[in-house]
Amino acid sequence: MNEEKKVLLEITNLRKYFAVKGNIFRRRRYVQAVEDVSFSIYKGETLGLVGESGCGKTTLGRTIIRLYEPTSGRIVYDGTPIYDSEQKIAADMLPYRRKMQIIFQDPSASLDPRMTVGEIVGEALDIHKLCPGKAERRERINELLDEVGLNTEHANRFPHEFSGGQQQRVGIARALAVEPEFIVCDEPISALDVSIQSQVVNMLEDLQAEKRLTYLFIAHDISVVRHISNRIGVMYLGQMVELGESYELCSHPIHPYTQTLLSAVPLPDPVKSRARQRILLEGDIPSPLDPPSGCRFHTRCPYATARCSAEQPRLKEYGPGHFAACHLLEKG
Amino acid sequence: MDEKKTLLEVKDLKVSFFTPAGEVKAVNGISYTLGYNEVMGIVGESGSGKSVEAYSIIGLLQSPGKVVGGTIEFEGENLLEYDEEKMRQFRGNKVSMIFQNPMTCLNPVYTIGNQLVEALLCHDKGYTKEQARKRAIEMLELVGINNAEKRIDQYPHEFSGGMRQRAMIAMALICEPKLLIADEPTTALDVTIQAQILELMKALQKKENTSIIFITHNLGVVAEICDRVSVMYAGHIVEQGPVNDIFYNPQHPYTKGLLASTPRLDEEGKERLIPIEGTPIDLLNPPQGCNFGPRCRDCMKICLREKPPFAEVGEGHISACWLHFRDQAGKEDRT
Repeated sequence: MNEEKKVLLEITNLRKYFAVKGNIFRRRRYVQAVEDVSFSIYKGETLGLVGESGCGKTTLGRTIIRLYEPTSGRIVYDGTPIYDSEQKIAADMLPYRRKMQIIFQDPSASLDPRMTVGEIVGEALDIHKLCPGKAERRERINELLDEVGLNTEHANRFPHEFSGGQQQRVGIARALAVEPEFIVCDEPISALDVSIQSQVVNMLEDLQAEKRLTYLFIAHDISVVRHISNRIGVMYLGQMVELGESYELCSHPIHPYTQTLLSAVPLPDPVKSRARQRILLEGDIPSPLDPPSGCRFHTRCPYATARCSAEQPRLKEYGPGHFAACHLLEKG
Repeated sequence: MDEKKTLLEVKDLKVSFFTPAGEVKAVNGISYTLGYNEVMGIVGESGSGKSVEAYSIIGLLQSPGKVVGGTIEFEGENLLEYDEEKMRQFRGNKVSMIFQNPMTCLNPVYTIGNQLVEALLCHDKGYTKEQARKRAIEMLELVGINNAEKRIDQYPHEFSGGMRQRAMIAMALICEPKLLIADEPTTALDVTIQAQILELMKALQKKENTSIIFITHNLGVVAEICDRVSVMYAGHIVEQGPVNDIFYNPQHPYTKGLLASTPRLDEEGKERLIPIEGTPIDLLNPPQGCNFGPRCRDCMKICLREKPPFAEVGEGHISACWLHFRDQAGKEDRT
């Protein structure tokens, strides 16, 4: 990006815990889904979030737009704090919902089966009182459907009459209805077939260029995230372990977790994928109910030292715009 | 291929589902052979018939699905003529299967050990209970479950997703089958766990000399583990060949399209993806001609009229597309 980077969203020390019910034998415990995450999203960029299931990437996405109320931290949107636990700020979100939207993973679950596509897309217009006139409203709905590659006649149909790819298009049209600036794309293509995925990826890219949108693109498929994102953040057990420009991060990962994650991705190239050396991790992800002390990755890290289990590493800059949280990097 | 080397031969297999809305030809005449110690990948999108085809080999096809034509020969015997009792002995002993979601395939109220031992005793391999338990522990160790002596008495819910899939593999291999059918075994797993399971399957395949039919939609997984690949689209095999030919020299427009539309971690610059336009066909009303015709960039008139035959485009590499015949016709005209 040549233009000067302007921060659209600034997230500081964000935490989101979910309570797990206790009983008389057990204390109430908390799942630390997002633990002390800080980063910024620049205007017009796509920030990708990757990580394995349970790493908190979806929770982070939803907490940022306050679909989940944060446990603590600070969220600043375009210069205005919309949440701050210390100053006790919790802004009324309705005006911000016009600016921040979300596309969900499972299109069939996120569309009301009893509403027609026209009603689904139109509901957003009604809530924000964007189209007072009936004819105007209909025209706007048609325009939106056209933008995502659907026909105007689709407006009178119900979600179940569509294929998965088309349902996701409806979800995107709904998000676009209020002309947002920022969209959280939460695994928007994971539920789709391979040949349909690329259609939706291209459409998201086109819409971004046309409307100057900012995306937070959450997915577990690193190949797709690398393709669509300017920068990528890697999450592990609720924390961000590495953040950097996407090609730099994928070609020169510096955090041991990112390195293993990248080496685990199967390549559609028989010679290359059979020749390369894989870093295999032992065991599974620890429970976020009871995360390891110090660096959360130390139980599975092949390079872990005594310091890693005692002290939590901080996210520090090791290259231009390339951040990582690892003790091993600090020495040299 | 040498007669002796063929483990499984599927000839013109047709499977239909008889639904109230009409007959759905889920598998419409597919043929292939699988050699001993060979890994065949079957790639396709959802609804391409790749799982249905596998279920019919192992005799697990559920109503309203029915095999309506063709033969499946396993070591020279037609499996479709087996009665239920024979099929029961065949399953597990000669062929076994691992599924996408291990949690739904393991019985939650029995311990892992119980289920492994049951598989052995069912097939009457002459094991006593103690011997069977010993063998079960060996199997768990083989698939990389630490502390197997203790783990064997745990229930499926005490295992993590990756561990369950390991236990499923142990269960599938405990009777030393000659053929293992793996239906999207890593799709439900995270990439790091997927890598573990793939490495395990590769190692076991070498050690036990099992043939594998590996069903997946992930081209990366295919590239890693398979010797040969069949690409399926809407009930047909559209291209089949050695793994290197499929990836480096794809011939069918659908295979080419799949490869071009997948973002790659190792690509140099940021190139725009080339998607396959349109949506998969409705199997209730399949087109008259080539099933891929309506989505194909190079669709010709004949493609909409007639189904394309296979053309041999390389050694053991076939592709069903009229484009290959256009080239041939062109050459003949010239000479």
